[in-house]
Amino acid sequence: MTAVSDQLVASNVQIARRSSHHTSDRVFRWASYGSALLVLVVLAGILGSMIYGGWPAFSEFGFGFLTSSVWNVGRDQYGAWVAIAGTLTSALIALVIGVPISIGIAIFLTQLCPSWLRRPVSTTIELLAAVPSIIYGMWGLFVFAPLFAQFVQIPVSNLVEGLPFFGTVLYARVPSGVGVLTAGIILAIMIIPFIASITRDILDQIPTMLRESAYGVGCTTWEVVRYVLLPQAGVSIIGAIMLGLGRALGETMAVTFVIGNANRLSLSLFDPGSTIASRIANEFNEASGLHLNALLALGCILFLVTFTVLALARFLISRVKVH
Amino acid sequence: MSQISVSAGGALGNARVADASAPARIAVRALNFYYGDFHSLKHISMDFFDRQVTALIGPSGCGKSTLLRTFNRIYSLYPEQRAEGEILLDGQNILSSSVDVNELRARVGMVFQKPTPFPMSIYDNIAFGIRLYEKLPKSELDGRIEEALRKAALWDEVKDKLRQSGMGLSGGQQQRLCIARTIAQKPEVILLDEPTSALDPISTGKIEELIEQLRSEFTIVIVTHNMQQAARISQFTAFMYLGELVEFGPTNKMFMNPSKKQTQDYITGRFG
Amino acid sequence: MDATPHQVSAAAAPAWGRVRRSRQTADRALKVISTVFTLLGIAVLGWILVMLIVEGTRGLSLAVFTETTPGPGTEGGGIANAIVGSLVLTFLGIVVATPIGVLAGTYLAEYGRGSKLASMIRFVNDILLAAPSILIGLFVYTLMVQPMGGYSGWAGGVALAIIAIPVIVRTTEDMLRIVPGSLREAGAALGAPMSKVIIQISWRAARSGMVTGILLATARIAGETAPLLFTALNNNFWFSPDLMGGVSNLPVTIYQFALAPYENWRELAWAGALIITVSILALSVVARLLFRKEQAR
Repeated sequence: MTAVSDQLVASNVQIARRSSHHTSDRVFRWASYGSALLVLVVLAGILGSMIYGGWPAFSEFGFGFLTSSVWNVGRDQYGAWVAIAGTLTSALIALVIGVPISIGIAIFLTQLCPSWLRRPVSTTIELLAAVPSIIYGMWGLFVFAPLFAQFVQIPVSNLVEGLPFFGTVLYARVPSGVGVLTAGIILAIMIIPFIASITRDILDQIPTMLRESAYGVGCTTWEVVRYVLLPQAGVSIIGAIMLGLGRALGETMAVTFVIGNANRLSLSLFDPGSTIASRIANEFNEASGLHLNALLALGCILFLVTFTVLALARFLISRVKVH
Repeated sequence: MSQISVSAGGALGNARVADASAPARIAVRALNFYYGDFHSLKHISMDFFDRQVTALIGPSGCGKSTLLRTFNRIYSLYPEQRAEGEILLDGQNILSSSVDVNELRARVGMVFQKPTPFPMSIYDNIAFGIRLYEKLPKSELDGRIEEALRKAALWDEVKDKLRQSGMGLSGGQQQRLCIARTIAQKPEVILLDEPTSALDPISTGKIEELIEQLRSEFTIVIVTHNMQQAARISQFTAFMYLGELVEFGPTNKMFMNPSKKQTQDYITGRFG
Repeated sequence: MDATPHQVSAAAAPAWGRVRRSRQTADRALKVISTVFTLLGIAVLGWILVMLIVEGTRGLSLAVFTETTPGPGTEGGGIANAIVGSLVLTFLGIVVATPIGVLAGTYLAEYGRGSKLASMIRFVNDILLAAPSILIGLFVYTLMVQPMGGYSGWAGGVALAIIAIPVIVRTTEDMLRIVPGSLREAGAALGAPMSKVIIQISWRAARSGMVTGILLATARIAGETAPLLFTALNNNFWFSPDLMGGVSNLPVTIYQFALAPYENWRELAWAGALIITVSILALSVVARLLFRKEQAR
């Protein structure tokens, strides 16, 4: 009898303890669930605030907002085309320059580098991503641009002057060193660590045995890389490139320093231009009314473009991991 | 011929009789191998005879794969690994720095534990290795590819889908594709590193049959964990332990009447 | 053995020297080009560091760390208020981001394994990880600055937190995923509730990786400029204790001073650039070393 009641008491104690466990367990669970949902809320909030803030500009200018190259604060007329063109051009230049270099670095790290050297070199390349954007801007403006003007812009402009096409695209009216091409080069340097380290990881994931069997049929390193490793890595390298593109499209401070912040459209890559991000950085604090709305509308466009690019990147990279 | 006396197995009246009068295709002389500071092959000397199957057996870590990987110098992909001594392929020392390793690997083909089809079509998987070293007209190339696939007993299964990816085949088919890829290059020696360890018994049987047929043309060295396999398909067997060659001789003798106690213990399953 | 064994007709050895010249050239080109590209990457980092040291040490003095930012046309001055302001904002950002990031990462790795919601959150988090930071500045501007009627350190801290959260979520999840399931099972088998298993077993096992993630997130937000432009703004004074109004900070100060017409401003900008870059790189390196050391154990 006493034994039974003892047992009852004991089990009551246990139940009591369990329910206090139960409460803290539930609190913890809901806290982590809520924090995870917050990630979604932030993304939705960014999109929502851009659409909300940009809406007056979209409704005022309609579709013409995308295609108009007028950006006149005095007359309150805004069109996004110059900034969109500058964003796309500088990002594409960054890819054209940055992708081969990044893949070269990844190949060096995975195929050529002696194992003792691999970690220091990897870390050094990754540290390029840790340097603040504004430092790249200062380096670009104060160190790179003068050299670029002297050794590239002036000689090339002299060379191509009067030629069709090249005489327009590669001619600097004012060879100051800043411009869309300079921005593209700086962006290339900034995206290299991202593309290179992801490509390195992708190449590392390819089974050693596949690599050995490619060498086993008598391939040189070039043939192993070109015909076996890169095709095997396939779309996930494209994913890495898209990730770099996403970074290049939205990069702000470095570009603001070196792109020249011009509001007119020029066909020359040596001429100043502006990107969506640089325009927002330059004008936002002085903006009010429709000007502010137009800047938020620009932000909305940037958001949609980078979201698409980054989503595609994620999709391509994750698909290979499953495979 | 070699320092290991091999009694020509006249009494063993089967097709798998060891023919030690065949010339040595590969002669290993005083081979030492190091992974960094670790001495993993200790003074190995032995011969691999022309158009014979030699099986390397021994417990894990005994150095049998390491030995195999010296014959095409695939180890040299890793700077911390190095070999000392001599490995003569038709009398030429392949460890010498004057040998072009890529070309060596075309002469000494290798098949790995797991199938490794390249990310390209079945046709290109085989054409790839041929094209590296020979410029052939299309018709001749097609002929070579068909011949290789027939020899690998894969032709009938893939002849209608040569343009499809090699990755879509079953595991056993992929491994035969890898064998076809290797023999298409017309190597002198074929190295097989546990080629059936990732395959089911039926696929394993097919590969073993294939090895038996390939013996008429190629010198074959196979590393295997499976002693029955070694007994079934090889003419010569080498038993290795802790980086040393314990015993080497005709397979029949090794399995029926080994001269070392260690060999006996391993074969009867007392350790390893 | 004879030097040359008998020749065998069936597999007569082909001659050596069949590797075509063009193949060797391509191979050598690949090796040279990838090595040069790697050296180029290292050289750019070196070049930037040399530039910072040369230009930055010129303006470096005790006053940099003790005096406030000078007004237009004022001689001398330092960036003490900006340095402290940056520390405060970064600290604020990381203090907000750490619990949220760790809990969210825990959800993804422990509770949400395999669920659709978790994979969607993971996807969104990966996008936020690379999203333009200026958009986060705009978001916080409309979320906090507009409704509160002015710039504030709180808004700056929140903007930085939003940038840090995805980094922490990602590293936390990655680190928890490599904790072996058998550890969790052993904990659960003792009757520990899930939260106890996570906090006392999974977190402990993944601790060094999670700390590395938080340090890397700190390094990431410490140099961010764009999101502070519209949130914490900047000024030349010590910030008020309630963090309302602009809070001076290093990145925005560097941005404004570097392009200014005053010599002393530019010198201070370079000094600030040196300080911030060296701190961030040191933090990144320390985070990696810490992680590596812990992993080696």
